[in-house]
Amino acid sequence: MYRYVVKRLLMLLLVILGVSFLIYAIMDLAPGDPVWQILGEDATQEEYEAMRAELGFDRPLIIRYGDYMWGLLHGDLGYSYKYSMDVMELYLSRLPATLLLALSATIVSTLISLPLGIYAALRQGSWQDNVTAEFSVLGLATPNFWVGLMLIIIFSLHLGWFHSGGFTSWQDVILPAITVGTGHTALTTRTTRSSMIDVIRQDYLMLARAKGVSEKKVIRRHALKNALIPIITATGIQFTGSLGGSVITESVFSWPGVGRLVVDAIKSQDIDTVTGSIIMTAMITSIILLIVDLLYAFVDPRIKAQYNK
Amino acid sequence: MENKQDTVLQIEHLTVCYETEDATVQAVNDISFTLQAGKTLGLVGETGAGKTTTALSVLRLVPEPPGNVSGRVLLNGRDIYQVKKSDLDQIRGKEVSMIFQDPMTVLNPVFTVGKQIAECFEIHEHCSKHEAMEKAAQMLKLVGISPERLHEYPHQFSGGMKQRVVIAIALACNPSLLIADEPTTALDVTIQAQVLQLMRQLKEKSQMAMIMITHDLGIVAEICDQVAVMYAGRIVEMGTLEDVFRRTKHPYTEGLFHSIPNIFNRQEELKPIPGRMPNPTDLPPGCAFAPRCAYAVEQCRKQLPTLQPCSESHRVACIRYAEPGFRVERSRGV
Repeated sequence: MYRYVVKRLLMLLLVILGVSFLIYAIMDLAPGDPVWQILGEDATQEEYEAMRAELGFDRPLIIRYGDYMWGLLHGDLGYSYKYSMDVMELYLSRLPATLLLALSATIVSTLISLPLGIYAALRQGSWQDNVTAEFSVLGLATPNFWVGLMLIIIFSLHLGWFHSGGFTSWQDVILPAITVGTGHTALTTRTTRSSMIDVIRQDYLMLARAKGVSEKKVIRRHALKNALIPIITATGIQFTGSLGGSVITESVFSWPGVGRLVVDAIKSQDIDTVTGSIIMTAMITSIILLIVDLLYAFVDPRIKAQYNK
Repeated sequence: MENKQDTVLQIEHLTVCYETEDATVQAVNDISFTLQAGKTLGLVGETGAGKTTTALSVLRLVPEPPGNVSGRVLLNGRDIYQVKKSDLDQIRGKEVSMIFQDPMTVLNPVFTVGKQIAECFEIHEHCSKHEAMEKAAQMLKLVGISPERLHEYPHQFSGGMKQRVVIAIALACNPSLLIADEPTTALDVTIQAQVLQLMRQLKEKSQMAMIMITHDLGIVAEICDQVAVMYAGRIVEMGTLEDVFRRTKHPYTEGLFHSIPNIFNRQEELKPIPGRMPNPTDLPPGCAFAPRCAYAVEQCRKQLPTLQPCSESHRVACIRYAEPGFRVERSRGV
């Protein structure tokens, strides 16, 4: 297990190297000039050259990248001229909101899709199963921003139960979490259903029944634990997906998360912020995927045996 | 006549069919038999004869739908199709338990074998987790596995060892009836002998009744007291081991014996039964075996034979025994 984790962490270094270079190069190729963005249109050519030299943009791309990576090695993600602060500090100030949203969205989606998927699997082919399928397609087909706006109209404007945006109290996470979470239910419901259908035909459930295990326990204990791996995978992917920022939902609810930070930074050519945030997100995503893989080992002893090899 | 108290299992007119969209599969057709405590019944027949379905219906484990069960199954005097579903969990595993065919797939891969055995004690004897585990360790020892392996998972066991675990699960709560559905089919020959030996030892220790489902007549000869031969969902011949093996009556039973290689005469060619078992969605109107039977006459294809006694313990479903002097080749001169 230990060796497996070390191997995965070493691979993580390669991922970060690749991601960072890609982002750095793309931002360099992107149209627009960050120096003009800072100085404004009226600056003279001399002022421009001076600023360009000060920011280091007169050096070749590969040198700048090397310089940036050297900084990264020391925990320095660069400096945001737009927000006039350290990118690391900036990113960390936005991360909790994003984590909170991702986590609560996952809870919402799991609470809905797990029972729904199991229910559909147990009644495979019935009308209830078809209704769940339709419901899933509907969830998949409905754009997130629309769900968000509808929730705001109903629960903020008409009922006045929640704020329509921002993040000032814990209740504020409810509407965005429902918005992101319901978007995820479709995939996890379908995954739960198909995974459970595979498992409920297995012989070991017959043996469990023959032992006298009640039907409820056969499903909840014996079947579900075996069906869990694909469900964990789907949930993990969606969780990491919302870590990159549910940009649209964050915009609709003026949620102070990472997604909006990156979009704003791209608009204003705030290279360091974009690069730094994306590297951080890639890193956190990789770590969470590693945790998901390690979770498999706790669910399935056969996978644990493989990791230990 | 044995004391009624000793009757563990009484099956009356059990019929099971599976309704599919375009046909009805008649898996078990109107079978009846009783089994006394301490006795072992061999249920013999080829694949698709309805043996496993019969076994599952004794535990009320035939999935309904598509299955449709009628008739009575009295287990220790109680009709298990009349009890509440919640009471069923108390009967399964305690009064009747089952050993399944393929030990590779019947153990839950995500629980330790100890836990899977211990679960029986938790359900039926309401033991604490710790106590149940200790009893599970004893069960492992009983089936010849070191109790140290209690916390290992099924994938760490070989096929024969897994079947021992399955046996431990089945015997955990001293059931009065054990159904073994081809317990050795998935194992290789040397392991088969070990497992059979083990089952016989364990059975001798208790007064348990057993139904041994198999298509291996050798196993039947070794372990069973009574034999029922099934063909296309019906019992075609039934009697004591002696009756069926020495005084074979039914042409199908004879066909089964002819299909076994004779080790004393290696030159002799096997005489397999010609043809195939009829489609269970479309059984012929008369005797289901008639199309393959060397003794069949016109009447066989029209009239459905019922089990008729031919001695106190022996019954056969073949209308030709109405003719005086009729015998199958195997029993001529016996």
